[in-house]
Amino acid sequence: MSRASAPDSGPCIALAIQGLATTFATSAGPVRAVDGIDLEVRAGEVLGLVGESGSGKSVTLRSVVRLVRPPGRIEGRAIWQGKDLLAIPERELLDVRGKEIAMIFQEPMTALNPVLTIRQQIDENLKAHTGLGRGERARRAIELLDLVGIASAAERLDAYPHQFSGGMRQRVMIAIALASQPRLLLADEPTTALDVTIQDQILKLLLDLRDRLGMSVLLVTHDLGVVAQTCDRVAVMYAGQIMEVGPVVDVFRGPRHAYTLGLLGSIPSGGAVRQPLRSIEGTPPSPSDLPPGCAFAPRCAFVTDACRRRRPDLVPVGPDHLSACLHHDQVVRAAS
Amino acid sequence: MSAVLETRAAPVRSRRRRIGATLASGMLILAASLVLAIVPGWFAPYDPLAFDYGALLQAPSLAHPFGTDNFGRDMLSRVIWAYRIDMQIALFATIFPILFGCLVGALVGYYGGWPDVLFGRVVDALITFPFLVLVIAIVAVLGPGLINMYIAVGVVGWVFYARLLRAEIRIQKQQEYAAAGKVMGYGDARIVLRHLLPNAITPVLVFWMTDMALVILLGSSLGYLGLGAQPPAAEWGVLIADGKNFMTTGWWISIFPGLAIVVTGLGFSLLGDGMADLLRPQR
Repeated sequence: MSRASAPDSGPCIALAIQGLATTFATSAGPVRAVDGIDLEVRAGEVLGLVGESGSGKSVTLRSVVRLVRPPGRIEGRAIWQGKDLLAIPERELLDVRGKEIAMIFQEPMTALNPVLTIRQQIDENLKAHTGLGRGERARRAIELLDLVGIASAAERLDAYPHQFSGGMRQRVMIAIALASQPRLLLADEPTTALDVTIQDQILKLLLDLRDRLGMSVLLVTHDLGVVAQTCDRVAVMYAGQIMEVGPVVDVFRGPRHAYTLGLLGSIPSGGAVRQPLRSIEGTPPSPSDLPPGCAFAPRCAFVTDACRRRRPDLVPVGPDHLSACLHHDQVVRAAS
Repeated sequence: MSAVLETRAAPVRSRRRRIGATLASGMLILAASLVLAIVPGWFAPYDPLAFDYGALLQAPSLAHPFGTDNFGRDMLSRVIWAYRIDMQIALFATIFPILFGCLVGALVGYYGGWPDVLFGRVVDALITFPFLVLVIAIVAVLGPGLINMYIAVGVVGWVFYARLLRAEIRIQKQQEYAAAGKVMGYGDARIVLRHLLPNAITPVLVFWMTDMALVILLGSSLGYLGLGAQPPAAEWGVLIADGKNFMTTGWWISIFPGLAIVVTGLGFSLLGDGMADLLRPQR
C-alpha cells in the first residue's frame, strides 16, 4: 500500500545531495567519513540509507542539516527548495531546521531533555515554528500525541521523559519532530534501540505518518529487514561512498553490486531450505586509508585489476537503478 | 518471605527520609539565620555596641547567656548582630562569582575554541595560588574592609563556578537532546539557557551552598586578621579575635561566635546535600 504511493511517474526531488564530503581532522590526519556522495530524496518517498557501522550513513544525515561538530568539515551541496543548506547563513538554516526538516534519533533515552515535560518540549517547537496561540498550541500538542498513538494524551502531556518506556519515548520524539509539519524527516536508526515488536510498531507509524502528512523520510539503518519493510528505495553505503541505489525490490531481488550481494548473503532468509550464512571476509577499510580504486575491492570476490585502478562511477544499470560496480553483470548473475 | 521483603524495602525508605531530613534541617537553620540577620534587634537583649563597665568579662549567666566581653558588651547580642554582617558576606561574596562564573563557564563550555584554551590558562594561573593567600594579597593592596573583601573574593572565586559549569555544559552538549534541539531550529541562546543549563546547574548550586559556608569562614578569617569587617562592628571573626587575649579567663568571648560559624556552615552544607539529592535529574 505504502509502496504504491511512491511517485513513479517523473520523480519530484525534495532534497538533492551533491558531492557531499565530510572530513574530520584528527591527529592521524584527515578522515573522510563521507567521501563525495550524490543522492536524492524524492517527494513523499521513504529512502533507506543502509550500511555497516562506520560506513558514514549517520554522518551523511547529520551533514545535511550541518549537525557535524568541529573538527568536522562539510563540503558539497544539499539543495533543499532551491537553497543550498550547506551554504546558507546559520540564521536561515534555523528556519529550515525543525520547520521544514526534522530529525529523530537512535536513542530516545537521551534525545529528550530530562528536565522538561513532554508538553514543554512540544510547545517549544510549536512556539518556535508556528504562529499558533497558547490554547491552539495546547490542543495541537494533544493532537500530536494522539497522532503517534499515545493513549490518554491529555494526561501524559505533563509527564517527564523518564516516566515513559523506550518505545513511548520514541513516539514522543516523533511527535515533537512532527509538531511543525516538516516536509522531510531524517530518521537516524530510530528503531535500533527498541525491541522487535516495538520496532515494528514505530516503523508502521512512520509509514502511516508519511502517507497522512505527505512528507519524505530519509531512514538510516543497518537493518536490511527494516529497509525491506519500510523503504521505497534504498541506497547502500560502504566506506563513505554510495555503492548502489535503486528501488528496494530491484536491489533485493537483483543486487548489482558485489557489496550488496555480500550484505544480502549475510542475513538469514525465510526460505524453507536452511543454508549457512555467508559473511563478508575481512573488515571495512579505515576511512583515513582508503584503497585507490573501489573501496570494496580488498574484500570482493569479483575483483579484477580494473577495480583496483580507479574508483568506479555510479552508473545506471537498470530502470532507476544505479551501481558503482564494474562487474554488476556478473554480480546479478551470481545472485539469481 | 515477608521478612525478606521488608528488609529489602527498609533501606530505600530510610534513605528517602534522610534526604528529607537533611534538606529540612538545613532549611530550618538557614531560615533562622536569615531571620536573625534581617531583624537582629528583635532578638538581641542589649545594644551590641554599648559598654557596661559594671559587667566586664562576665561568665555566661541568666542576664548574659553568652557572657560579656572586656568592655561589658553582651556577647549574645553581638553574636546575633553579627548574623547580619556574616549572612551578607555569604550572599555578596558569592553572588558576583556565581553570575560571572556561570556566564563564562557556559560560553566557553558551549563554544569551546580559543577562548576555552585561554580560560584554561586563566584557571591554571588563579588556582596555582592558595585561595586565602591570594585574597589576602588583594585585600592588602586595596585596603581592609568588607567591600574590598567582596572584590577580592570575586576576582578569584568566579573560576570555581566557571570550571564546574564548563565541565557540565560540555557533558550535556554531547547528549542527543542538545543535537535534537539544534535540529529543531533552536538558536544557541535557547539551547544553552533552556536545555543545557537546567541539566547542568545542579553541581553549581550545590557548590554555591558550600561556598557560602566557606566565604563566611573566609570573612571571619579576614575579620580575625583585621582585613575584613572592622571593629567595633560585630562580625564573628572580629569577635573571635576580640577574645583571643582572654582565652584563659573569658573563653566564652571566642567560643560562642565560633559555634555560630559552625552552625551556619552546617546549615549551608545540609541544604547543599539535600538539594543535590532533590535536583538530580531522573533518566
